[in-house]
Amino acid sequence: MRHLLSAADLTRAEAIEILDTAETMAQTQSREIKKLPPLRGMTVVNLFFEDSTRTRISFEAAAKRLSADVINFSAKGSSVSKGESLKDTAQTLAAMGADAVVIRHPASGAPHRLATAGWIDTPVINAGDGMHQHPTQALLDAFTMRRRRHGAATTGTDLAGARVVIVGDVLHSRVARSNVDLLATLGADVVLVAPPTLLPVGAEVWPCALSYDLDATIAEHTPDAIMMLRVQRERMSSAGGGFFPSPMEYSRRYGLDGARLRALPDHAIVMHPGPMNRGLEISAQAADSARSTVVEQVSNGVAVRMAVLYLLLAGGRSSERNAQ
Amino acid sequence: MSTSYLIRGAALLGGERSDLLLADGVIAAAGPDAAAQATADAITLDGEGLVALPGLVDLHTHLREPGREDAETVYSGTRAAALGGFTCVHAMANTDPVADTAGVVEQVWRLGNEAGWAEVRPVGAVTVGLDGEHLAELGAMADSAARVRVFSDDGKCVWDPVLMRRALEYVKAFDGVIAQHAQEPRLTEGALMHEGVVSAELGLTGWPAVAEEAVIARDVLLAEHVGSRIHICHLSTAGSVDIVRWAKARGIDVTAEVTPHHLILTDESVRGYDPQFKVNPPLRTAADVAAVRAGLADGTIDIVATDHAPHAAQDKDCEFAAAAFGMTGLETALSVVAETMVNDDANDFGWADVARVMSTAPARIGRVAGQGGALRVGEPANLTLVDPDARWTVDPARLRTASDNTPFAGRELPTRVVATFWRGAATVLDGEPQPDGAR
Repeated sequence: MRHLLSAADLTRAEAIEILDTAETMAQTQSREIKKLPPLRGMTVVNLFFEDSTRTRISFEAAAKRLSADVINFSAKGSSVSKGESLKDTAQTLAAMGADAVVIRHPASGAPHRLATAGWIDTPVINAGDGMHQHPTQALLDAFTMRRRRHGAATTGTDLAGARVVIVGDVLHSRVARSNVDLLATLGADVVLVAPPTLLPVGAEVWPCALSYDLDATIAEHTPDAIMMLRVQRERMSSAGGGFFPSPMEYSRRYGLDGARLRALPDHAIVMHPGPMNRGLEISAQAADSARSTVVEQVSNGVAVRMAVLYLLLAGGRSSERNAQ
Repeated sequence: MSTSYLIRGAALLGGERSDLLLADGVIAAAGPDAAAQATADAITLDGEGLVALPGLVDLHTHLREPGREDAETVYSGTRAAALGGFTCVHAMANTDPVADTAGVVEQVWRLGNEAGWAEVRPVGAVTVGLDGEHLAELGAMADSAARVRVFSDDGKCVWDPVLMRRALEYVKAFDGVIAQHAQEPRLTEGALMHEGVVSAELGLTGWPAVAEEAVIARDVLLAEHVGSRIHICHLSTAGSVDIVRWAKARGIDVTAEVTPHHLILTDESVRGYDPQFKVNPPLRTAADVAAVRAGLADGTIDIVATDHAPHAAQDKDCEFAAAAFGMTGLETALSVVAETMVNDDANDFGWADVARVMSTAPARIGRVAGQGGALRVGEPANLTLVDPDARWTVDPARLRTASDNTPFAGRELPTRVVATFWRGAATVLDGEPQPDGAR
């Protein structure tokens, strides 16, 4: 594995290796001194073309705890037409000695271009591209589910048989796409629930079931985990696409309110990639309930990103050494 | 006195072999007469194994001049055309300034004459500045020295139904035709590729087939209502083929074109996010490719037109979303048609059909006198000789278009253009362009 571009690229073995490594990393994070040495002397560039403080900080924390130096480059808006091109930005940063590029970009496929266009010769980690993929989010979600499912004995396990319901704006969601791919690879049984306007044409071939009815899905699928996707309020205006009539209608039909929370199996967890719209896709009651793993997901995110950086940078290094 | 050429034994339209004598700009003699009438200084070309076709006519290119001479000029574009076997190209109106006045179309026309590689027929804009609001002075362009007969806002759809009706009616006065870029704008806002399984996975905003089909359906009905002819640019979906087939059966005066790339490539090509595969209308599914091939074979689709769309390197060497739409096609068109139509046994399609869809029919639609004629004594000597058995690998650096944005880089294709003659002069010999000095 040279890059991490899409959750769909991961084999079951690779995904489990990342999750197992993340478990090791997580255990080190309860120590008093959290910093580990493996990426000492290496430089990780966070190349963020979209505002995302939490994801950037998570990657930054992960890199620093592995002793890498971190350069943060933020260029709000796209590189398109105004100012420097993505190619020039990437080549500039690579020339400054980047050992890995973590990229968040509003254009689907931008990380893929960075990895394959021949512009730079550096491992690329996708930190979210447009409506395409957000593989470390899927990994941290899988990590969270795996811990809840297997407790202390997670090493080597997958998510075979886990029942997961993902609810919301699937059309625009890289989180949904990444999760569908990774959860299928790990053997989970996934249902996507959304108003028909927010399911992409073409999703019918995805390795999951599709539903328009949240109540029926909760009743019939009895999920082990329910993941609420962020819905942008502007999607209801006609300028934003007019995908649904009003926030209240969305909330009534697809929000995780108290009644739906009570309808979940007792052991079911409530997940959200954040940032949450309380009162829209998730009620405060659900967000703050004991079932909610929202905060846990954030801390797991650091461990998973440590694992990815470690495997892409130090992992390659040690296997090259072994080969010699 | 101009050079005369004696072509020995080429297969006319892939059929009967014959000699042809090109002299004084026309086909002066054919058969045994050709050698008999050839003067001593006539250059003899061995046509053994070659197919002679009427010079190809492209109803749809973007030559980029005036405005984007960094991507292509009339000179470089028509030279590429000659190498592709073309003796006439139509130059779309979306230049800067837009070709929406007699002055701009005459400029483009004159640049074509000066370049001397092929006949350039400017396409006039339907609306001022391609803004879709006010009719351009179509009559002035028709009456100009450029004698414009094809009008198009290509790149943009003439979306307003009243404006489209007026345009269809108005051009009847001078036997013009509206060439519609069928794209419902609201259904394609931000669209980057065909909407379907691949776009869903890639997270690229989809361009649904219905956005093309709905406009074609509306426009064939409008054309029927006002008794006009209409031409559909770069038709790309199975549904569009069905609608045009239905319209023709109903007696509507509609013609349609397909591009070479829509005959061979599918949306699967976009999976690597390579902007070389970003084009409008987008690459569709394998079922659509099969449908447009069948439509071309059965005559529902009248012509192949390249939609040759050169772009400067920086407009393709970027993220998919940021890249320009379009791909070059003049130098690969004939090879792609050979591969997908002639060499594919699923179609009953021979070289005579190639001549029809790439020369005779586009000349007729564009009302271009002197192009697309039969290979007959007395006709203007516009023809091309192709080697149907040659195979070549596309190398962007070796194509003569000024831009490198071919989707076929590294791909092996059949059939090479060996020679092209325009008005009796060789623009290409041995597969090489012939600069003015040699002619």
